[in-house]
Amino acid sequence: MTRTADRSAFLRGAKDGAPFILVIVPFAILFGVVATEAGLDLAQTMVMTVAVIAGAAQFAAVQQMVDGAPVFMVLATSLAVNLRMAMYSATMVPYLGAAPWWKRAVVAYFLVDQSAVLSADTFEREASRSLAWKLGYFFGVILPIAPLWYAGTLFGALVGGRIPEAFALDFAMPITFLAMIAPMIKTLPHLAAAVTSVILALLLSGLPFGSGLLVAAVMALIVGAGVEVAMERRATA
Amino acid sequence: MITAYSEAQIWLVIGLLGLGTFLIRFSFLGFIGQKALPGWVLRMLRYTPVAVIPGLVAPLVLWPPATDGQTDPARFIAAIVTLVVGGVTKNVLLAIVAGAVTLFSMLWLLG
Repeated sequence: MTRTADRSAFLRGAKDGAPFILVIVPFAILFGVVATEAGLDLAQTMVMTVAVIAGAAQFAAVQQMVDGAPVFMVLATSLAVNLRMAMYSATMVPYLGAAPWWKRAVVAYFLVDQSAVLSADTFEREASRSLAWKLGYFFGVILPIAPLWYAGTLFGALVGGRIPEAFALDFAMPITFLAMIAPMIKTLPHLAAAVTSVILALLLSGLPFGSGLLVAAVMALIVGAGVEVAMERRATA
Repeated sequence: MITAYSEAQIWLVIGLLGLGTFLIRFSFLGFIGQKALPGWVLRMLRYTPVAVIPGLVAPLVLWPPATDGQTDPARFIAAIVTLVVGGVTKNVLLAIVAGAVTLFSMLWLLG
């Protein structure tokens, strides 16, 4: 019974995650190309992509090393880009917090933008699902994403700079993120949070180490929750 | 090219970045586990994706690094189309395809 439930959850997650193949692959290839052109060898490129699995931070780290920034600056910038994952981690607590610690560790390793955003959205709408179902769903989402992230990087590192710039691979990530987020802006509080995030991120983009994005995100959380509370008060008044 | 870094320093960055990123991801899920979070925290966390992703993407859309930070009409229009198609159809794949087709058409038309 639970086995079938796990399996259907896994397949459903894989189905929901599948569209991201289209963008993960070009983005991963782009990282392989960029890292190789920056002078990382194949082993360094692959270990980085497997150990970090966070495209934006990996690009940031390589860019900073090319610029000759000190080691601690490279780490500060790249880890700041990844701090949003602490929020993803907290988001998963109510849904997956009851799992044994080693499963939580595996989930944590695979907590990337796509898996966190899709899972949070699904778990919120289907809160009554069992823990086993939710874990199955999460790993289903990851199934098409993580292996192709590794494979795409390998391909990019091997073909090096032979992909023409006309392919505009740089824009694969923005398009993915926009496609993910647009369907989730479904209520006024969601819209308010998104607009706050955009405006503050643009205004604060000059702040060092990606700290502007963090401020923007925290303010957006507060605005989203605040608008939700205000709407509830108005509805009950 | 990376010139200021020795092999050992590159490996140091890779190792610490991997470890640090894992600890960030493990943080709440690993150390809080089953303990219930207060209601106001949960309410805020529901907005995590819409609070983080738009701010992450907005500068890349307006000031793409590929065009040295100059606003690029092709990329901008492709971003708007992706957003509109995603919002109207609620279909991620369709939004991605629409965005990619728009981007390549615009690059070809304007390029």
